[in-house]
Amino acid sequence: MAFVNGLRCRECSREYPAEALNVCDFCFGPLEVVYDYATISEVVSRDRISQGPLSIWRYADLLPADSENRVDIMAGYTPLLKVPNLGKRLGLNNLYIKNDSVNPSYSFKDRVVSVAATKAIEFGFETLACASTGNLACSVAAHSARAGIRAIVFIPSDLERGKVIGAAVYGPTMVAVDGTYDEVNRLCSELADNYPWAFVNINMRPYYAEGSKTLGYEVAEQLGWRLPDHVVIPSASGAMFTKIWKGFNELACLGLLEGVDRLSFGPDQNTVHHPAVTTKMHMTQAVGCSPIVSAWAGGQSQIRPVRPDTIAKSLGIGNPADGIYSLRIINASDGSAFAVPEDQVVEGIKLLAETEGIFTETAGGVTISGLKHLAESGAIKSDELTVAYITGNGLKTQEAVEELVNPLMVKPTMSSFEEAMSERTLAGR
Amino acid sequence: MGSQRVKFTFESTLVKVPIIYQLGHDFHLVTNIRRADVRENVGWVVLELDGEKEEIERGLQWVSSTGVRVDPVSGDVVEG
Repeated sequence: MAFVNGLRCRECSREYPAEALNVCDFCFGPLEVVYDYATISEVVSRDRISQGPLSIWRYADLLPADSENRVDIMAGYTPLLKVPNLGKRLGLNNLYIKNDSVNPSYSFKDRVVSVAATKAIEFGFETLACASTGNLACSVAAHSARAGIRAIVFIPSDLERGKVIGAAVYGPTMVAVDGTYDEVNRLCSELADNYPWAFVNINMRPYYAEGSKTLGYEVAEQLGWRLPDHVVIPSASGAMFTKIWKGFNELACLGLLEGVDRLSFGPDQNTVHHPAVTTKMHMTQAVGCSPIVSAWAGGQSQIRPVRPDTIAKSLGIGNPADGIYSLRIINASDGSAFAVPEDQVVEGIKLLAETEGIFTETAGGVTISGLKHLAESGAIKSDELTVAYITGNGLKTQEAVEELVNPLMVKPTMSSFEEAMSERTLAGR
Repeated sequence: MGSQRVKFTFESTLVKVPIIYQLGHDFHLVTNIRRADVRENVGWVVLELDGEKEEIERGLQWVSSTGVRVDPVSGDVVEG
């Protein structure tokens, strides 16, 4: 069973029952799940977690949906790799990659959608929906197929075919909306108000977002129940960023971290900061869509929305729902935020692929180039334990690195091969 | 009749313009502000609009045409 007491507004603290709601009826602030941490602290333990499935559902006691009827395509429990080659290039001796590109539909979205789909079925919904330009659509379609319910996926009409094939294969109803970015956003918000569908990131958002906490839990568990000194995280809405922080603090407050004493969560569970959580939270965005970074750099407490124009399309959210909460966490953790120049996104993809054999999408390129900046600027010291989150697979954005395809063209003879190799060697390639 | 929840974001040049008054007056909409934060160089207002659906649509188009950004209250929902 899920240990959920209800929902609470993050702005005015009004409380609501645990239903398919995402906005406070009074002030229109975002709603968050309220947990029964007293009961959770009685049942949860490292042993219990270690005996759970090799998916996000090993942390079921800390998730807002009933795991007995979970929609589980084995999202999560992805590798945490020590990456000495990349570390050497960056001057970091204690560097790890959390490789979430190997999830079932090849992005971290499987974590959040698994929770949202499970909760949607618990609420009796028969349709799972989303608006997406890629990863989310794939995950919603895949989980709907597994659950045997209908999927409706809204996409911008000018989206490249390659982007949607990965979702279409699961058999969703795909709706291509002919409109601007803003118009598609507004239409989908209206649809969520008017149709009895579970829109994973609208009316299911309080539950959906909680799935990202598992990115924090797993890293801690895989490091032997301790936290890194630094994490580097790509951000769009900022939700994943805030939930990784929340996950770290939940583990600390529940006494699950090595050598850390339990602590009460207090009345506002979502802002709790255990003093033992000293991880510095570093956010990366691409310059073409960096409203949170801009606000942080300008010392602002509010986010000024932008229209996305970035190669890192999976990070293209111009009006980030969790932007202001992310800012607070960056500051509370003594972290930072950095906007990666667009021409360095592909450089980041190449660097990770060439040093560690991991092919990430453009968002991962933003992470690695941001990490490089942090290392070069001295914000991360060489021996500090650092984890960089890679959240999507390179096969999703192959067009970004298309120019790298440059094979040796040879005739089927030894001499042709050797001549071409010699030229390539002379050219130093 | 219908209602819609929206967020307006104003740049500094528009902070002093009575956009919400004109929206209510010219499009016969009831405007109900729920939350706001107006600073020297930027401001936002979260509000509910009640009125004829067509008028809400026309009114929001007019607001956009003034340079005010109009968003859903829950932020952008089209994700990557």
